[in-house]
Amino acid sequence: MKSHFVKSCSVLTTLLFLAPLPLWAQSSQGMGWGGLGLVAVAIIAILGAVVVVSENLLKVEAKRSGVDLQSRNKNPLAGLKRVFQGKLPSYLKGQKLHELSKGHDIELHGSPVPPKKIEEIRTKTYAVQPPNYRGIRPIPKLEVEEGQTVKAGDPIFFDKGHPEIKYVAPVSGEFVELQRGAKRAITNLVILADSDEITYREVPDFDLENSSREELKKHLMEYGGWSLLTKRPFDVVPDPEQDPKFIFISTFDTSPLAPDLNLAVEGREKEFQAGLDVLNRLTDGKVYLGLDGRKKTPPAAAFSEASGVEKHYFKGAHPAGNVGVQIHHVNPIHTTDVVWTADVQNVITLGALFTQNKFMADRVLALTGHKMENPTYIKTHVGADLNEILENRLQEGDNRIINGNVLFGSRKEEKNMFLDARSQQITVIAEGDYYEPFGWLIPNKLKPSISRTYPNFLIPDLKFHADTNTHGEKRAFVVTGQYEQMLPMDIYLQHLMKAIMINDFERMEGLGIAELSEEDVALAEFACTSKMPLQKILREGLEYVESQL
Amino acid sequence: MSKIAENIKNKLEPKEGTLAHTAFDAFFTFLFTPNKTTKEGVHIRDGMDLKRTMVHVVIALQLCYIVGTFNIGHQHFTALGLHEGFFEAIHLKLAYGLIQLIPIFIVTHVVGLGVEFFYAFKKGHSVEEGFLVTGALIPLIMPPDIPLWILGLSVAFAVILGKEAFGGTGMNILNIALLSRAFIFFAYPVTIAGDQVWVSGFENIAPGAMVDYNWFHTGFFNGIFEAAGWALFEPGAAIVDGFTGATPLALAYEGGWEAVTQVYTESQMFWGAIPGSIGETSKPAVLIGAAFILITGIASWRIMLSMIIGAAGMAMIMNAWGASPFMEVPWYYQFYMGSFFFAMAFMATDPVSAASTNRGKLIYGLLIGMVGMIVRVWNPAYPEGWMLSILLLNVFAPLIDHYVLESNMNKRLKRA
Repeated sequence: MKSHFVKSCSVLTTLLFLAPLPLWAQSSQGMGWGGLGLVAVAIIAILGAVVVVSENLLKVEAKRSGVDLQSRNKNPLAGLKRVFQGKLPSYLKGQKLHELSKGHDIELHGSPVPPKKIEEIRTKTYAVQPPNYRGIRPIPKLEVEEGQTVKAGDPIFFDKGHPEIKYVAPVSGEFVELQRGAKRAITNLVILADSDEITYREVPDFDLENSSREELKKHLMEYGGWSLLTKRPFDVVPDPEQDPKFIFISTFDTSPLAPDLNLAVEGREKEFQAGLDVLNRLTDGKVYLGLDGRKKTPPAAAFSEASGVEKHYFKGAHPAGNVGVQIHHVNPIHTTDVVWTADVQNVITLGALFTQNKFMADRVLALTGHKMENPTYIKTHVGADLNEILENRLQEGDNRIINGNVLFGSRKEEKNMFLDARSQQITVIAEGDYYEPFGWLIPNKLKPSISRTYPNFLIPDLKFHADTNTHGEKRAFVVTGQYEQMLPMDIYLQHLMKAIMINDFERMEGLGIAELSEEDVALAEFACTSKMPLQKILREGLEYVESQL
Repeated sequence: MSKIAENIKNKLEPKEGTLAHTAFDAFFTFLFTPNKTTKEGVHIRDGMDLKRTMVHVVIALQLCYIVGTFNIGHQHFTALGLHEGFFEAIHLKLAYGLIQLIPIFIVTHVVGLGVEFFYAFKKGHSVEEGFLVTGALIPLIMPPDIPLWILGLSVAFAVILGKEAFGGTGMNILNIALLSRAFIFFAYPVTIAGDQVWVSGFENIAPGAMVDYNWFHTGFFNGIFEAAGWALFEPGAAIVDGFTGATPLALAYEGGWEAVTQVYTESQMFWGAIPGSIGETSKPAVLIGAAFILITGIASWRIMLSMIIGAAGMAMIMNAWGASPFMEVPWYYQFYMGSFFFAMAFMATDPVSAASTNRGKLIYGLLIGMVGMIVRVWNPAYPEGWMLSILLLNVFAPLIDHYVLESNMNKRLKRA
């Protein structure tokens, strides 16, 4: 509907510009050839504008009707064809489908190619990283001593606020080192892994049908299942006292160079379903599944045929795959609500606790980015040593290693080169530490941009070698309407950011801060003309709101 | 290239905290996009920054500058009854226009940038790009004969009180360019209103008034043109009988559309061969600029569209009412006169002073269109309304936004 509105408005504008032309052309007869020439130039300029605008609209329309824009087709008339091709794929018929018109897909070089057989990499050391878990104190209490051997699934530490929630080891081996960061906060608990098979701590059988929710919670907290969950709003480890209103799982990722999660669930269908069954027991509400409706083929059967869940399909550009965006369109939340989420691989780990009686922290990991040699998928475990994984995989030069994607992810350097607990992607791109002469006026190289001042928008499938240069300096808010275009939610993001900056609690709450997390505003932060640090501002706001509750 | 930039920075950069450093930083970042990399949050950033946004508006204004420069000369010679054809003696008209325009441009920028640099230094931040556009807009909305000291005063007033007092680029409530014009409008009304000011080069516009040439005309340019064998500036020329210098709007106020068409043809008004502020007379030049910033997505189509609808709607209501000759001017002819399109494309769409929500923008534009048309037709002192209506709605824009946000908040509350 929305895009129809946009379309008709734009056509109307163009008509308004065009309508008086014949009149003017007539009246300019007394002007001689020069005048007529100018009229011709004006007509050509305006017609050019019309063509460009309509081509753009066609693309919007094509995107809306889910036509494949990734196909390499540089024919300017291709947009026309796309629209007429555009029909819903059959698997979406009769499903709950949410079509999101806002957002933007950033196309980068270095997307992962699925190998025939996914290689498994076991590194020498692994680390449990307390900073991966938001909402716990910076100096947690250890349950192991240096030199002690641990099995996979053995508790490593707990938070003094909630001693019943155990954070467990992803692999078996010897606990060798405790590394501290600023203010003596514990950053890494390093485990020297067993070189042979991983030995697992035996998790006792649990009767899901005939036990109470309290028993189930205790079981999860004791054996490491609890730390796999995240509470929304605020993105923290859930409080065991509270039951969630509902639980939402997004089964696809739309962020730049995102991994295909269908690969992650391949062969693990049983565990995934078991995980969903466990989640169903934890809430009185529903368990929702957000599914990928962007492709021509349906998502993996583990997702599309999962039972005991309500399925919602989403179609649209990034951030359509973000769980926050999906929640907004299915069942929007408020500051005081409690909703849980978990990513697909964490659900699998959760399921394995019950089907295999082990804490299996294995991950299918996408190695992506234009500085990665042969971007691909590998299998490894949470906390793996990235130095070892990335050895001989990086291209020469000054690289930035990101745990996550280019929009939302933590920077990995010397001191924290371990895979984070919630991650399915490593991205490596070039640092952008260079000066660019008149870079703001005449760009020396192609840059990803949502701005139509770059010709990028004419070629929607153009891919970029994006680097970390900021392409400009930080400024006050000037441009308006830009953030809203990058966030497919009914949220006035710029005004929310201003409310956070002035600590206006009512505004923050009223404008929907509870529905957002950093990954949702990351695209707007990328696009921001004023180079504002939106994720940082949002986190400050979330912390403020949380402290006021 | 990156190496060269580094060398320049290492060798020439003055000590931090000095005015010289502020100036150096401004010019250096103008020449080279800085080597800053992302630190927290996103790891890649869009290629778009404020400099690029601003420069695209300036690019969109270039056609207005060219036609405007030419039209200063064209009006001058029309008053003299010389070279009356639009394309006659182009060199003379351009030369005359440049002699008028360049000092205006220089004074605007020296004063405006001076203030900007000073405040950037005082506040210890880098020079922001806001004045790039303001400085390009101000000359275009001034009469060609504006006394330079008044211009300098108005620019200083607008930049200091309109912007820096509120905290700099992005913080202002009113449109800076329009504020500088409004300052002149209220403080020195004779220099910016009436029939006397729109044609350049005469003490007063009356038949028989002699031209006022200086060395640039008779010495510098005549020297060049003489060598080339082209027509020359004639120091003895005088205004021809019957020339009044009245703008179409002034005529329409007196006698409706008929009075206008007795003096100007439709094509003259369309192409901009009429007296007026420097940059706003030529509709094609403005509309091509408008199309440029619409296509590049710099300006908001919502504001432009709703402003057209608002103005057209109000003009139609006036047609239906028809109480005065001006009200009876057919609504579509209202767009031929005055600076509606310039105000729509470049003034109302200023993102800082406009409403910032999408729905707010539609209301904002609509109200500008309606109020502007009312001021144009009913204001006895000055038959044009866009400056005043945009400034008025600038003040109300935060209120419009407030209600849009409130409705969003209420929706969320109801859901809870």
